[in-house]
Amino acid sequence: MHPAPSVIIFSVASGLGFGFLAFLGMGLVLPSGLVAFALWGLGYALAVGGLVSATFHLGNPQRALLAFTQWRSSWLSREAWASVAALVLLAPVALSDWLGLGWPRGVGMIGAALCLITVFCTAMIYAQLKTVPRWNHWTTPATFLGFCVAGGALLSGQSLFAGWALMILAVLLMAGFAEGDRRFAARGHSMASATGIGRIGTPQVFEQPHTGGNYLMREMIFIVARKHVEKLRIIAVSLAAIFPALLLFLPVNALTIAVAVAFHLIGAAVQRWLFFAEAEHVVGLYYGMR
Amino acid sequence: MTSLPTHTDRKLGLVIDLDTCVGCHACVTACKGWNDQGYGAPLSDQNPYGSDPSGVFLNRVHSYEVQPHDTPAQIINFPRSCLHCDDAPCVTVCPTGASYKRAEDGIVLVNESACIGCGLCAWACPYGAREMDADAGVMKKCTLCVDRIYNENLPEEDREPACVRTCPTGARHFGDLADPESAVSRLVAKRGGYDLMPELGTKPTNKYLPPRKKDRPQEASLLAPLLDIQATGFAGWLDRVLGKI
Repeated sequence: MHPAPSVIIFSVASGLGFGFLAFLGMGLVLPSGLVAFALWGLGYALAVGGLVSATFHLGNPQRALLAFTQWRSSWLSREAWASVAALVLLAPVALSDWLGLGWPRGVGMIGAALCLITVFCTAMIYAQLKTVPRWNHWTTPATFLGFCVAGGALLSGQSLFAGWALMILAVLLMAGFAEGDRRFAARGHSMASATGIGRIGTPQVFEQPHTGGNYLMREMIFIVARKHVEKLRIIAVSLAAIFPALLLFLPVNALTIAVAVAFHLIGAAVQRWLFFAEAEHVVGLYYGMR
Repeated sequence: MTSLPTHTDRKLGLVIDLDTCVGCHACVTACKGWNDQGYGAPLSDQNPYGSDPSGVFLNRVHSYEVQPHDTPAQIINFPRSCLHCDDAPCVTVCPTGASYKRAEDGIVLVNESACIGCGLCAWACPYGAREMDADAGVMKKCTLCVDRIYNENLPEEDREPACVRTCPTGARHFGDLADPESAVSRLVAKRGGYDLMPELGTKPTNKYLPPRKKDRPQEASLLAPLLDIQATGFAGWLDRVLGKI
């Protein structure tokens, strides 16, 4: 699958943003005054900035409101509802923290849950696709939620919680890589099943249907740069999970958190690039390319 | 609503005969030609006369070489377009309700005025049936020529999809696959029509007819490998002379 920058930025930024908002909403971090304004502002900026970035890959973003209509059947529509519900419910909690109003925390807990549901819906957009065997697995939502919780804990300075969450994330990433490598073959898709002509003999492409590129090939057949996969996986796991976890052994202050989050974000971006670049769509079978 | 209908009265679709298709791409051209005008945004091309031309097509013809274990390799031309699946994954993923399956005839369509161009339906389709129009920013797919098949302004023989109407070898058939007595259903039953990637559970309406077994020329004697065939005449003389040198 084509790793579009807008979607990578969206899922990395909003994953971290919603994770951080969840921690703020639950009251595990209780800032006040201008610090509260800055921290809640950061959470909202990451979450909303990510969502806005996602609209850049739409062909007709002016109709984006229609995406709220199909929540009964579509994970993308559910994501739209969950994200807006989370952002709206957490607004009074943010206001209360900022102005010291001392409003009850119950709404914040519901908002935090909705943050996690939003990230789960985002992940399910990918995990539901049977056409991309690597994504069609429980490790996809688990990894997205792992990033959300670990990133949120890290950014809110919950060092013990963050340390454990980062270790779990590292395990999830490695399990996802190992399992993902087996999935396409395990599903039994082949050029023979895609065309049905395997009953005669072994098929291979004789001639492509067109000499130029097309949408399908640009969007779903991405074979560039997979040669560095092994190194990129090590970079992703190290930067996203292991380095930040090790940094937490240092005294926790704004600087260590900033450095740890910076590592984590770069690692998350590398992981997300791999998430798309490594994913093979079954349509590639018709072209003899995956 | 992008939920699928529980039942469709008819299942209009295509039956494609891989035995007869010669890979002329006339269906590709006819489809592009018809869908350049009329229903929805016209299928656009980008940089059509430049160095890197690209465009939207709703039908594409692949060519495969198949190597049977005991006969020479065969070329099989393979037209690929929307299969109007019963359990169409492209419909349920749509966030806006633009993608839908009609309860009356089973045709899968896109309401372009509600399409935001997110591309998720194209990801959900295993068959590469959907292509985003780079000009209009909306998803395009085979409409089964819904603007031809019910069009009373056209002469009756033209009320079938453009690809079927144009096919010079009769490799494409259009009809109701829910009716077991229809010509297409009988064809599928007789020739062993099959589904593409049945393991994905999409239950396609369109069926493909497998190539028939090729005849094998029987010019040489079946005993040829066992016979000691001697050259005679000039060839025999040449054989003896060359053998002595």
